[in-house]
Amino acid sequence: MKNKTIKVDFLARVEGEGGLYVKLKGKTVADVQFRIFEPPRFFEAFMRGRDFREAPDITARICGICPVAYQMSSCHAMENACGVKVEGQLRSLRRLLYCGEWIESHVLHVYMLHAPDFLGYEDAIQLAKDHPDAVQRGLKLKKTGNEIVNLLGGREIHPINVRVGGFYKLPAQRDLAELAEHLKWARDAALETVRWVATLKFPDFEPDYLFVSLRHPDEYPFNEGRIVSNRGLDIGVQDYEKRFEEQHVEHSTSLHSVLAGSPPYCVGPIARYSLNFDRLPESIQQVAREAGLGPVCKNPFRSIVVRSVETLYACEEALRIIAQYEPPESPAVKVEPRAATGCACTEAPRGSLYHRYRIDDQGTILEAKIVPPTSQNQNSIEQDLRQFVEPRIHLPEAELQWQCEQAVRNYDPCISCSTHFLKLTIDRG
Amino acid sequence: MPGRIKPKLAVWKFASCDGCQLSLLDCEDELLAVAGAVEIANFPEASRAVVKGPYDVSLVEGSITTAHDAERIHHVRRVSNFLITIGACATAGGIQALRNFKDVRDFTSMVYATPQYIETLNKSTPIVDHVRVDYELHGCPINKHQLVEVLSALLNGRRPNIPSHSVCTECKRHGTVCVMVAHGTPCLGPVTHAGCGALCPSYNRGCYGCYGPMESPNTAALAKGWVQLGAKEPDLLRAFRSYNSYAEAFRRESEDHEEQNH
Repeated sequence: MKNKTIKVDFLARVEGEGGLYVKLKGKTVADVQFRIFEPPRFFEAFMRGRDFREAPDITARICGICPVAYQMSSCHAMENACGVKVEGQLRSLRRLLYCGEWIESHVLHVYMLHAPDFLGYEDAIQLAKDHPDAVQRGLKLKKTGNEIVNLLGGREIHPINVRVGGFYKLPAQRDLAELAEHLKWARDAALETVRWVATLKFPDFEPDYLFVSLRHPDEYPFNEGRIVSNRGLDIGVQDYEKRFEEQHVEHSTSLHSVLAGSPPYCVGPIARYSLNFDRLPESIQQVAREAGLGPVCKNPFRSIVVRSVETLYACEEALRIIAQYEPPESPAVKVEPRAATGCACTEAPRGSLYHRYRIDDQGTILEAKIVPPTSQNQNSIEQDLRQFVEPRIHLPEAELQWQCEQAVRNYDPCISCSTHFLKLTIDRG
Repeated sequence: MPGRIKPKLAVWKFASCDGCQLSLLDCEDELLAVAGAVEIANFPEASRAVVKGPYDVSLVEGSITTAHDAERIHHVRRVSNFLITIGACATAGGIQALRNFKDVRDFTSMVYATPQYIETLNKSTPIVDHVRVDYELHGCPINKHQLVEVLSALLNGRRPNIPSHSVCTECKRHGTVCVMVAHGTPCLGPVTHAGCGALCPSYNRGCYGCYGPMESPNTAALAKGWVQLGAKEPDLLRAFRSYNSYAEAFRRESEDHEEQNH
């Protein structure tokens, strides 16, 4: 029996530092490790003793790609602790800000990190030499997402305008009107993106996923909803820790999140889409169908299509919010601290992001817990690799390695979040 | 220029959030032009392709927090002709340098169930504590326009035009009303390095110092100003102890307020 190892020390085109190790024994996979060696940064520890109002600024620093997600989850958790609910136009503006982050993050992944795999390029710069129009479209579309974050947040990375209770300053109507013009172009570009990625070739691979996502009674989920699965889980966010727990494994500086008594679960675009297809406007459902998607998407390679559909949705939703916008009286509601525990879960581009804080009556943080999407997806990534590699063991080394990398990139793993990057090894002994 | 060999650019990551290197990909209008002017030879976040060193320019993001990284940065220095550190982590140790004021073992056991799996140094330190650095670009995150300016200055053999005055000066230039004088909002603008475009005051909030200390900050005088506005010692401690807590001027000022806490 021949043993073999597939090993990628540094996985490219993912955010953060990680690697991959696959050990093969003859025709079976003996071991798979998605290794995270991003140095730990101890956010949950140094949050203790900070002021509750600092949480959105500090937790944004966990991730440069999805800072808005951290700001949204931390703000909602603090408001939950203090018994405040942010409603109306302020709630809509938060949704608009989140649309911006979904667009910039999804488009970065679709065009710059994922599409090169399908078309056989090392990166988007090389892709741009043969497909200049597509890459230019991607860059401009990404820029429109960043424009939203810029306008509402003050800057694209680590926005400064988000606070517990709302914002520091409201956007000017004139600026929103200008943004809407750019978004009309973006909506068309997003539609073209869906059609473009629908023409890619997808490996035949459909694991029987346990999907987990937020679900809201009326909306495609961003900032609120219940936590549901495709196998009957349906709980309020306050019960999250009763069902989900974090485990610490030796090959990772990121804790693995597991759903008690269940196989590995998957969060992120394909989970969110499959659990919320009926919450998409009919026109977008139609676009998804034309792109070859059903109401449930179990092929993780097709996540590139799902991200494009979600980008289109985010453009339309942003336009809808701007069209119905009327300036609220104040940029923020007042939030007074009290001794309490609060939690929140929001949908980051890569999936559900859970925060819980305990604060005292002065607003000092006593305890913090943060569960990012990539730490939830680690077990699912390893399971995908196990199932994906076996029927492809005969492939030449370099090809198998690239396909394994691609299988990991399906998740758009953000290792900076989960602590942080990716490293792939195939071990054939 | 036809026939001319393009300078090779490498991007390296240490402990960080990825935001500063993302700034390069966020240059949507300039990215393809940059890729035309330099050979992107080693940039794992963007490409599988790795061209062997040495590299003409290295951008280094992140701080040193593990023994392995303390070794790796020496390799990066050896293969780099011009080394630029980008962002608060690389230039000052970053937010994760908050561990420098505590016992890191307590931190490990707070976050991880099996602390012995975690290998980490007691301190998060800036790159310059380990190797020679040719240029430092400040900010959490850096300003992408400043990054393009530094790269184009380098390619054209001139000095980068990056001001070293304070955020306060930037506000005056923009004609932004002073939040401290007009609204009584505590602001770190007078002691903070310029570069963000005095963003926070233009959004009606005080600067929180994410670009780190300016060249010659009078932090003690500012602290007195804060006290007059009603700030307490713990507020001052937290203000100076955040994204650039291990930068000399902010570290010393924060320690003054820590002592008075005891």
